[in-house]
Amino acid sequence: MGTLSTYQKSIDASTKNLAEVRDFVDEHAKNHGFNKQQIADIRLAVDEAITNIIKHAYQQDDSRSIDIEVTLEENSICIQLQDTGKRFRMNKYSEPDIEKKIKERKRGGMGLFLIHSLMDSVTYTSNNGLNEMVMCKNRS
Amino acid sequence: MKNFDIDHRNSSNCDILDLHGELDAHTASELERALQDLIARDNIRIIVNFNKLEYIASAGLGVFMAYIEDVRKDGGDIKLTNMNDKVFNVFDLLGFPALYDIFEDESEAIQKFSNS
Repeated sequence: MGTLSTYQKSIDASTKNLAEVRDFVDEHAKNHGFNKQQIADIRLAVDEAITNIIKHAYQQDDSRSIDIEVTLEENSICIQLQDTGKRFRMNKYSEPDIEKKIKERKRGGMGLFLIHSLMDSVTYTSNNGLNEMVMCKNRS
Repeated sequence: MKNFDIDHRNSSNCDILDLHGELDAHTASELERALQDLIARDNIRIIVNFNKLEYIASAGLGVFMAYIEDVRKDGGDIKLTNMNDKVFNVFDLLGFPALYDIFEDESEAIQKFSNS
């Protein structure tokens, strides 16, 4: 199963670009035959990942950039996100205890759980200052 | 391009916020301001109608988490209604239905407030 095609996009690390990235992955997932719920899952996972990069890796510095690559394979879509910000522990996540968070007046900490719940595979690597997250979803 | 909006109306002694568009980490601050305004004026019987909301990310859910305790400790509530399946799915994945009143229709939320 080889790669059929790849599409790239680079954005400034600002939340104002979230809608544009959602539309970018939406378009390619739709063209690749994913159903509506799968497309909704992919949009949300990518949004949560980009939001994490903006808030944690770049700490809201919108002069930094994020590179996005969508790869379509025979039966799946993979989205790779690259940043050069502070690395964060992508593998440390658990099902959030919302009741506890409400009591402690905390919010956040839900994104990683959602990403792992919505996608079939998620990998994260960090080498020489380059952080790379790849999340994939199968079509069936 | 503006992809999020909030309308405010009153009905049966409740404040209703109608959400339109897409609620994400960028647009969540607008919802936050709307809730803060209501709470500051002691309007704590709040219904949020999601009928025209197409999309929500966790930053949007975070806003509801931030204010629910303040509202409930004074005898009010934030009740959520008219979500489409995709939006409800996000609340459901995170276990919100056990903690919040989520109704299919706004009238049920108004009824619940009238009975309380």
